[in-house]
Formats: sequence, C-alpha cells, structure tokens
Amino acid sequence: MQDSFIADKTNKVKIDTEIEGKVGEIDFTTLKSGGLIKQRQKDMFTVRLRCPGGRVPLSKLEKIVEVAKKYAGDYVHLSFRQSLELPYVDYRNFKAVYDELAEGSQKVASCGPRIRVPTACSGCEYNPNGLMDTQKMAKLVDERFFAQEMPHKFKISFSGCPIDCARTNENDLGFQGAVKPEWNEETCTGCRICSKACREGAIVSDSESGKPVYYPEKCLYCADCIRACPTDSWQGKVKGWIVRVGGRHGRHPLSGHKIAEFILDEDVPAFIETVTEWYAENGKEYGRTRIGAILQIPERWDAFLKTLRKRLGDKIIENPKPPSKNEIHFE
Amino acid sequence: MTEIKVDDRLDLKGVVCPINFVKTKLKLEEMQDGQVLEVIIDDGEPMQNVPRSIKEEGHKIIKVEKLSGNSFRLLIKKGGGNLAR
Repeated sequence: MQDSFIADKTNKVKIDTEIEGKVGEIDFTTLKSGGLIKQRQKDMFTVRLRCPGGRVPLSKLEKIVEVAKKYAGDYVHLSFRQSLELPYVDYRNFKAVYDELAEGSQKVASCGPRIRVPTACSGCEYNPNGLMDTQKMAKLVDERFFAQEMPHKFKISFSGCPIDCARTNENDLGFQGAVKPEWNEETCTGCRICSKACREGAIVSDSESGKPVYYPEKCLYCADCIRACPTDSWQGKVKGWIVRVGGRHGRHPLSGHKIAEFILDEDVPAFIETVTEWYAENGKEYGRTRIGAILQIPERWDAFLKTLRKRLGDKIIENPKPPSKNEIHFE
Repeated sequence: MTEIKVDDRLDLKGVVCPINFVKTKLKLEEMQDGQVLEVIIDDGEPMQNVPRSIKEEGHKIIKVEKLSGNSFRLLIKKGGGNLAR
C-alpha cells in the first residue's frame, strides 16, 4: 500500500480545528501532539482518546460509539496503553469529532514528547488483590499532569499490588501498591496458616510453637499473610506505593528499579513533579531521549538522586539501582 | 483443653483448588451461624489458598491441626456474611 503522507504534506490542506493553539493549515507532523495519528491512507487519521486507567464510563462509551459510527471506521482499536482509538477519521471531520465527543465529556489523548495518559490496573474496589487505589490515582495524575511537555514521551502507570499488571518497571515512572505486614504475638495462636499463605518464603513457622519468623528481605508486601490470618494477628499498618523509575519498552527496552517504598497517595504528585521537572531541565541536551537512558549515565544518576533526596528526603531508598537494559534483539 | 463440638465434616484430601473451597463454601451455606465445620485439606496449594478464602467469606478458622500424612484439619466457625471490602 502506498503511503500518501508525502502527498498530503505538500497539499497544504485546510482545517478548522484548533491543534496546539493553531487554526488553519495543518502540519501533519505536529498533529500527533493532539492525539491524531497519520494513517497510510490519504487524509485518514487514527484518533486516540483519553482514557485514564483504561476506565471508560458507559455514558462516554455510548457517545464514542455514536461519533465513531458517523466519522470513523467500523471498529475501535484498544491501544497498548488502555486507550480507545478510532481509526479512519478524515481530517476534515476533526472539528466535528472533537466537538461531538466533548458533548459526552470525552477528550482526545496526546502523543509525542509529553506526559501521557496514565495507565492503571482495574482497581482495589473490586479486585481482591488490590492494596492501593490505582484508579483514583490515574484520574488525579491525568487531571494534573496530562500533556505537559517533556524532552521525550513520559509514561506513568499504577499497579495495585505486587503482581504488577501495569508493569511499573516498563514505565518512565511506575507506582505499585504495597503493604508492610506487622505481627502481634499476643493474639497469634501459632496456627501456621500465614507461613502456608506466603508464597515467597518470607514467613516460616517455628517448628515447636508454630509462631511465624518473618524475613522482610524476602517479602513482596502483597498482604497474603494479612488476608489469611484467622486471628488478624498480621496487620497492614504501613501502606503505600513502591516507585520504579526509568523503564521503557520499544526497540531498546529498559527495566526501571525500585527507588522508593511506601510512598503515600499525597506524596505522589510531589514525586511526579520532582522527577519530571528534573527531566525537563536535564533531558534537553540529549534531544529526544527517554529519562531511563539518561539515568544510565552514572553522573546523571547521582545528580538525579540528589535532587530527589532534597525534596523527598529519606523516602528515597539507600543505593537504588539505575535502569538496566532488557535486551530483546541481540541475545 | 476443651474439645470443640463439630457439627459437620468434609474430607477434602486429594481435592484440588478451587473445588475444595467451593465444597467448603457450599457446605457452610447449609449450616447455621456459629456451627463448626471440620475440613481436611492437603498441604501445599490448598493450605495456601483455602484458609484465606474462608476468612474472606466471613467465617472464622478456630483451630488448625497438622495430621499425619500431608494434610491439615481445620475447624471453621460459620460467620454471618461476606467480609470482603
């Protein structure tokens, strides 16, 4: 199939939709910043919608279907980061698509070098494994940080528990729910259920008394012991987010590693601000380069940690690991 | 130590997850609040999952005993309802 991109570009098409503050002639190369992705087909674009946490209320979905039937192809595509995409939208209909989606409060996403729509797992209100409210946070982060310009794309995800469905290690910044278990000897009957429930070998029952011996270095903070204990002798008093930084997928994937533990909901905005401000300032000289690649440079990593510690203090763990290569092409 | 009165029994040796839990749940549904069900389950996966699920359904495990061979005896007191958050 022939790519008509070049032909479109030289055609100087007119458009009445405001894209990045500009109305009039469209520049196909900058359209991506408005969530409009050029297709191979002449005049055709995929419109990526803004669906934080992959949650789409039915009222919005109804409006999306209505608009798609009028202006888009006969299917929607689910993007890899949980957004609905409407393919085969003619650029002449951009304004109608934007306006009609807005009637259902549905917004269009953003691509390019900026903070993207956050992804999240289904959420702790109904998922039994969920420890932290990922949907609440995805909504908050979307409202507060969406589309801020960065040297390159910047992706944030939230997982409610250590199963980490939202792959926090593959995002520029990932937050994973965790609970620190605390044991009360007085109420413990030595029934051994906690050591059976623990899949990590972090709890071993004493062979005589049956009472648990806890090895925090093996603990994933999943709360299985808390959920299983018949006498509630294991309790989760400290709850929060484990934070991973510098991950990415793509041609050269990187795995982000833990940089902080038990970060509270209210600390999350400050965390994102600190990391993205550092990146915005220090990433420029590297051009379109993801934060993970910059953090692999030892001096940059040290400077980054210094900035984080200045604002977030001892919330940053001792000796965190910079992002590491996850080589998939040349093994 | 006083012996706990058992109202009903289920031997679930060799019964895999989640059938063992489903059988336990169905049996408890037939019983009255406060009655005690004795369940025998295998070590390993059943012991990893069944006690937690019983608790999440709002029942209380009042005794756990290791039996000879690779199994456990649980005494479960039927609770009022689902405790799931």
